[in-house]
Amino acid sequence: MSIWQSYRMRLRRRRSLIRAFRKRRELRPVANRTAEIRRGDILAFITLRNERVRLPYFFDYYRALGIDHFLMVDNGSDDGTREFLVNQPDVSLWTTEKSYKRAQFGVDWLNWLQRKYAHGHWSLVVDVDEFFIYPFCDTRPIGALTDWLDASSIKSFGAMLVDMYPRGPLDAVPYRAGQDPFEIAQYFDSGNYTIHKNHRYGNLWIQGGPRARAFFRDDPQRAPALNKIPLVKWHRSYAYVSSTHALLPRGLNLVYDEWGGEKASGALLHAKFLDTFPAKSAEELRRREHYANSHEYRAYDAGLKDQPELWCKWSEKYINWRQLEILGLMSKGNWA
Amino acid sequence: MSVGFIMLVHTALDRAAAVARHWASSGCPVVIHADKRVSRAGYEGLVEALADLDNVRFSTRVRVEWGTWSLVDATQRAAELMLGEFPGVRHVYLASGSCLPLRPVQELVAYLDSRPDTDFIETVTTMDVPWTVGGLDQERFTLRFPFSWKRRRRVFDAYVALQRRLGYRRPIPPGVVPHLGSQWWCLTRQTLSAILEDPDRREYERYFRLVWIPDESYFQTLVRLYSRNIESRSLTLSKFDFQGKPHIFYDDHLQLLRRSDCFVARKIWPGADRLYDSFLSNDPAVTKNAEPSPGKIDRLFAKAVDRRTRGRPGLYMQSRFPREGWENGKTCAPYSVFEGFAELFENFETWLGKAVGSRVHGHLFHPERVQFAGGERFHNGALSDSAALRDYAPKSFLASLIWNSRGERQCFQFGPGDAQDISWFMATDPNAQISVITGAWAVPLFRSNGNFSDIRRRAALLQKIESEHLDILRSPHARARVRIWSMAEFLENPMEPLQTIIDEIAPRGQRRLTEAPVLADLRGFGQFLQNLKNQGMQPHLMGDFPVGDDPEIGPRRRRRPYLVRK
Repeated sequence: MSIWQSYRMRLRRRRSLIRAFRKRRELRPVANRTAEIRRGDILAFITLRNERVRLPYFFDYYRALGIDHFLMVDNGSDDGTREFLVNQPDVSLWTTEKSYKRAQFGVDWLNWLQRKYAHGHWSLVVDVDEFFIYPFCDTRPIGALTDWLDASSIKSFGAMLVDMYPRGPLDAVPYRAGQDPFEIAQYFDSGNYTIHKNHRYGNLWIQGGPRARAFFRDDPQRAPALNKIPLVKWHRSYAYVSSTHALLPRGLNLVYDEWGGEKASGALLHAKFLDTFPAKSAEELRRREHYANSHEYRAYDAGLKDQPELWCKWSEKYINWRQLEILGLMSKGNWA
Repeated sequence: MSVGFIMLVHTALDRAAAVARHWASSGCPVVIHADKRVSRAGYEGLVEALADLDNVRFSTRVRVEWGTWSLVDATQRAAELMLGEFPGVRHVYLASGSCLPLRPVQELVAYLDSRPDTDFIETVTTMDVPWTVGGLDQERFTLRFPFSWKRRRRVFDAYVALQRRLGYRRPIPPGVVPHLGSQWWCLTRQTLSAILEDPDRREYERYFRLVWIPDESYFQTLVRLYSRNIESRSLTLSKFDFQGKPHIFYDDHLQLLRRSDCFVARKIWPGADRLYDSFLSNDPAVTKNAEPSPGKIDRLFAKAVDRRTRGRPGLYMQSRFPREGWENGKTCAPYSVFEGFAELFENFETWLGKAVGSRVHGHLFHPERVQFAGGERFHNGALSDSAALRDYAPKSFLASLIWNSRGERQCFQFGPGDAQDISWFMATDPNAQISVITGAWAVPLFRSNGNFSDIRRRAALLQKIESEHLDILRSPHARARVRIWSMAEFLENPMEPLQTIIDEIAPRGQRRLTEAPVLADLRGFGQFLQNLKNQGMQPHLMGDFPVGDDPEIGPRRRRRPYLVRK
């Protein structure tokens, strides 16, 4: 790594932080309960839009996991999402009508909120349809993980996105508010992922899974990235540069071992493919607020017309984190 | 009252208080050293919480920093207080705030009473310990370490490097033989007081102050001077990972801890409610209900360290992406690659499937489509048959294929007509068994119905590709089990090489090949090669096929199964 490259990375990081600073004006506080955040609290940061039906289970799940406070940005919901969130005692809510795309898909907003509120805290950045699992998550709260990471001087924790899908057409079973989405979307792909190293940021670029094989079988480069680093012991000088796929400074992206060993890692179970998906997909296609001109949503729209089912004979039914560990999608590392 | 506890606490004061209360109310005096960094309110709360117990004392507070003398200093102060205040104490047990008793106090008391002169302290010479941090073992005692490793790592490292460069060595005080060991000990009053009241104590201190991690060596070394009876092990269960950091126990370790034969465990996660609820009890029925089996704990943590340092061979994933050469197994299991067999034999895949008893793939790297066994669209792990997906990351594809079908030998066809990017990966993988019949790609061309000029062009291309591939297989970097025959050579005696390959795939199968695969009809092949030559191409990979002298095995074998005599 030359000094020149380090310097450019530093500039890039500064630029992200300046962007975040400029975009702060787009956020209007609706309920700011951040005064209740205590030292050592674990915080979650979320951007969302029209996700009312998912919220009850989302909060059940993450409160049980041990998240102490949720800092959320509502991007112009009109389905009651905002009203629901305002009444949650552990939620601080901001709202904006501005462009999600022009805020780098929400990264600028969250970078700002993290800089302001997450300094010195463990911070988890997820979407409302992503459910964080980690080794021993059935017996140890998230505080056990972050304490262990602290004791091991580890500052960031990787969790790959695992797309979950139902058997049969996506819209066969309607999702009810409060329901565990993985009662419906029970299946995942266990071993069709590709990994490339991204030399610019030092992170891994993981693609594959059902989306790659169903929607991008002729154009695999454009398949969505599944690598994520959602859990970080935040410092005000850190910044996400591309969704939660990569951070700066680059050392935070080294959540993998290069010398044959395995570092501990988790997974984000992705409950995107429910009956709500086709409608969402059509709406996002119309709004054009997503990555690469919503290429992904165009592919889904086309793919879903000829083949509405993601399930195949080799789909794996989800049981628990130990199963993902054995299959090699995540690892306990040296946490025992 | 035969054992007293010294507790060094700095965090999770409520848990430390609960443990101290447990010991004190069971009749064992407790001296607590609270780190000076503990806030005033926190400290006062701790004192307050234990105020009703008359056998709890608090020693003078020191600011403790890991790896420095301060830890020994704190221990000495607490030990002096213990020996002075509680004359009935015969054994002093050093514990931390994150220790948890695993067995009832009366069991520990009985155990120590029956060994009144024994000091339980792990003490081994530096030659015998593998677990030192930062590669410093003997040098701990011969260099000076005035800088903090935690806070000023660079200065620390630079100073060590400087001393090494200058060849500096500190003299070790006469009579002292450096020993190391776990810092959690249980010493008798006699030994401990002898160490503390030694006339040379100042001199030893001056020396140990600049030793690296003196809490693991001060008592461990000096005890050798005074103890009458050392049992070199710690009564505290404490496991360390590869970085020298203690493993932490959680609620899900409850059953495991019950099977430990140690009296105290360290470290316990402060949030482990179930552990604290279960073990802070003097009822033997509650705390212990299983046969001791400490090996289980050992295995658990040894496995964790192994996973962190060596990982699972052949696995590439989000937190294991080894650099080239560090894979510790490029793939996770042996597999077989057949080149030219499917061209030379009819229905070779079916035959091979029967012979080795598993599914056999076609050309996995076929340019149009991945030919999974049975023509399936998806394979184990939901691997797709899309050639584009495969070629986007061929190594991921092959490694995933082998990983996904662990327990089932993978066999597939390969040839010069396939995507070649994977060649180097296979050739350098010791798990690959690659068998090549060179030039066999000419057989389909020979039997095809194309225009001869097209065939000639195609033949030249395939020959060029196969030559390059063979260069890779023959390179000094190749690690695969490679066997190469020219087609002519192979045809002289096809059964022997086949038997060798099959035996290697299924060694215990002891399957004798009773049926030979059917050879393709090669009548006129020699003439075909001659025609290629006449057109200016030089087909050399298939070996020598004189014109008119057609290989005769083919058509006759069809009716006569081959039997190997016993």
